[in-house]
Amino acid sequence: MSSASHNHDHHDEGFIRKYIFSVDHKVIGLQYGITSLLFLLFGFSLMAIMRWQLAYPDTPIPILGFLFGESGTLAPEQYNSLGAMHGTIMIFLGVVPLAVGAFGNYLVPLQIGAVDMAFPKLNAASYWSYFVGGVIMISSFFMPEGAARSGWTSYPPLSIFENGQTMWLISMIFLITSSLLGSMNIIVTIVQLRAPGLTWMRLSVFVWAQFVTSFLLVLAFPPLEAAAILQLMDRVAGTSFFLPSGLILSGEIVDVAGYGSPLLWQHLFWFLAHPEVYVLILPAMGIVAEILANNTRKPLWGFKPIVYSIIFLGFCSFIVWAHHMFLTGMGQAMSAFFQTTTMIISIPSVVILTSYFLSLWGGSIRFNTPMLFALAFLPMFGIGGLTGLPLGLAASDIYLHDTYYVIGHFHYVVAPGTIFALFAGIYYWFPKITGKKMNEMLGKLHFWPSLIFMNGIFMPMFIQGLAGVSRRLADGGVSYAHASGVLHWNEFMTTSAFLLGIAQLPFIINIIMSLFSGEKAGRNPWDSTTVEWAAPSPPLPHVNFDSEISIHHTAYEYSVPDAKKDFILQTEK
Amino acid sequence: MSSEHSTESIQEHIRVYLMVFGALGILTVVTVLASYLEISTSEGIFLALIIASVKASLVAGYFMHLITEKNTIIWILILTVVFFFVMLFLPLVSYTDQVHI
Amino acid sequence: MEVPYIVEEREDTGLINSKLGIWIFLASEIMLFGGLFSAYIFLRLAAPPGDFARWASELSVPLATVNTLVLISSSVSMVMAWASLKLNDLSKYKMYMGITLLCSLIFLVIKYFEYTGKFHHDIYPSSSTFMAIYFTLTGLHGIHIIGGMIVMIYFWLPIGYKMWETQPEHFANRVEVLGLYWHFVDLVWIFLFPVLYLL
Repeated sequence: MSSASHNHDHHDEGFIRKYIFSVDHKVIGLQYGITSLLFLLFGFSLMAIMRWQLAYPDTPIPILGFLFGESGTLAPEQYNSLGAMHGTIMIFLGVVPLAVGAFGNYLVPLQIGAVDMAFPKLNAASYWSYFVGGVIMISSFFMPEGAARSGWTSYPPLSIFENGQTMWLISMIFLITSSLLGSMNIIVTIVQLRAPGLTWMRLSVFVWAQFVTSFLLVLAFPPLEAAAILQLMDRVAGTSFFLPSGLILSGEIVDVAGYGSPLLWQHLFWFLAHPEVYVLILPAMGIVAEILANNTRKPLWGFKPIVYSIIFLGFCSFIVWAHHMFLTGMGQAMSAFFQTTTMIISIPSVVILTSYFLSLWGGSIRFNTPMLFALAFLPMFGIGGLTGLPLGLAASDIYLHDTYYVIGHFHYVVAPGTIFALFAGIYYWFPKITGKKMNEMLGKLHFWPSLIFMNGIFMPMFIQGLAGVSRRLADGGVSYAHASGVLHWNEFMTTSAFLLGIAQLPFIINIIMSLFSGEKAGRNPWDSTTVEWAAPSPPLPHVNFDSEISIHHTAYEYSVPDAKKDFILQTEK
Repeated sequence: MSSEHSTESIQEHIRVYLMVFGALGILTVVTVLASYLEISTSEGIFLALIIASVKASLVAGYFMHLITEKNTIIWILILTVVFFFVMLFLPLVSYTDQVHI
Repeated sequence: MEVPYIVEEREDTGLINSKLGIWIFLASEIMLFGGLFSAYIFLRLAAPPGDFARWASELSVPLATVNTLVLISSSVSMVMAWASLKLNDLSKYKMYMGITLLCSLIFLVIKYFEYTGKFHHDIYPSSSTFMAIYFTLTGLHGIHIIGGMIVMIYFWLPIGYKMWETQPEHFANRVEVLGLYWHFVDLVWIFLFPVLYLL
């Protein structure tokens, strides 16, 4: 960085330096935000196409049918491509960049009273690495080989011989690099740049969640990077890391050295991918905490248990991964170990959710849009979490593994779970970021249909799964007799999906409208306690705050007896 | 920083670096010689890893200054090493604990 | 307002930002190489008994021993380069950094001969799972050496060390951080050498 004599006059930053290659965490956060929201929309569209096919198997896809060949319907490989890419894009290009890259980058420095992240240039590098990774991932659709089609889980041997996987692997290397740089930055920022007086127990739950999430990313992603390199070698250099001997492809024995192991991929993949799901949920839990406290006008119930649960959850997430592999022939000892750790990891989740529910007790609840989404998160995450239990126990998982039950379970946690929390966060922090308020009526018009149709899509999946309908079936289960009784749900789910899409229109309109003609928001329109609300709205470029920041209170001092107002800003002396 | 690193203390550090250099050279030779011992494979693995760990500890402790490093860093490394061993040994155990049909 | 704790340590943690940052990066690297070591173990078990040892005998222990000593030397010269800065001796710093670069180059040249020697005998990563993991582990390690060398060259040339004139402490910190990365690269080799060549 520069010495004390350097004069900081940023008024003459060119357009490129100010908006494209900015090192200001707020600009970078917004870059992550806009890019990830666009990817979420794209990933949603992929799913919409798949769901059309599932509901109306022989009908050409409307409008876009020409993209898929003569018949306008999806060939099985195309269906598989959409499936693999939907998962990959939603997780790696959508939710995580939004939850960590956008919310984390924008809010962490503000919530700890810092001027920026610890390494602003590295921050910019991590965004652009994500961007390049995203471009490579999407460009795979236009390659002669087409896009990846071996599931987001990319299991070999299929992923070694199937089309489209090479670009997926190269893209992942850029995305993982982005993630490593970003999460390292967040950890150093939180450890080193907390404002004077901001002790660990005065930090908000949001910051704690980002902190633990970043550790998960730093330590869990590299094994997947290693595995991706190995898979790339298998595809491109003819190695057989994951290819067993005597493998037969199209009637012939594959000419490789052999003695490789498909299980090796599964171990290395799930070593990341399990902590990854906690990366998906922890930032969301952080956001919900902020909004619940603010809109109940009382401190969070169980702040310390929540913090310790987040830490314990993070730690446990590294030792449960093989519950995704119960059907791989593992022995009793391993199975028992992973079942036990999986049951144990449900405890901190329950502590957190229960604390959130208890936080509502006796509160003076304001039902604004962020609060509606935050409240909905609670039962939706509850359903998601509870339906995970039969999957964590091998006896029931043997039946439910790779069925629609699993899809229902994880979507409940991520879609009306995390994504609702992210929506809540956007509505909540929009005034801080832009200086304008969002429209409440449009917000409610976004919320209610979204809640209804999310359940419309994912609840029937449990029914189909319990009936034994497998996932990743291009024909939706039509060729299996045991599925016949539950296939009628496909049309219901598809209709819900399309209506869910339409329900996002008020949200998009709201954002655009409010940006231009929203009601002006002051510094602290929600009367909140956390540090970011001490900054102007929007915060000042590069320096964020317009006064010296020091911390004198814990994070949720609402309705303190004998206080002047029903909240005390952390920075108040 | 400067109080920690006065001229005398740097000279002292340099002495230590050179001693560690010597030790590492010797241990490298020991490693190679040990590979000629007539011992079983698992004993060989054990021995090789012990010697390598001693060398690694010298590099980490003295060249990387971990011997005097702050707690934050030490704890992060301990956490990392725990997960490192989990990643190395759990798949191994699952391989040996397989159901053989 | 600048980001603080770039040169002066934060009181309660006793750290500067870049020191914490590089250690976290190294933690991720431990997990990266750990993933590959985990693959090694798995693949060795999956291969027929004695298969790995047989393929490993194709490797040259003398060359690798030389390389081990070369890399250890480069680690020493790297820490001496930093110590020279702490003793305010820029010319000694340049000398030691130059030695570090030279050692790294020697390492890469020897590796080049090792690899081309294999290819000459029709031994490729695809030849066996041992060779696959050998080339991948040493290849990734080699990429890390190249990366380190690029940064070293930058700090060895005037464009890099001109910071010494105006901000000597900051520059010394940068060299220390580079040193930590470099020692880690040496550390990985300390384990790679016996595991691949001797076991």
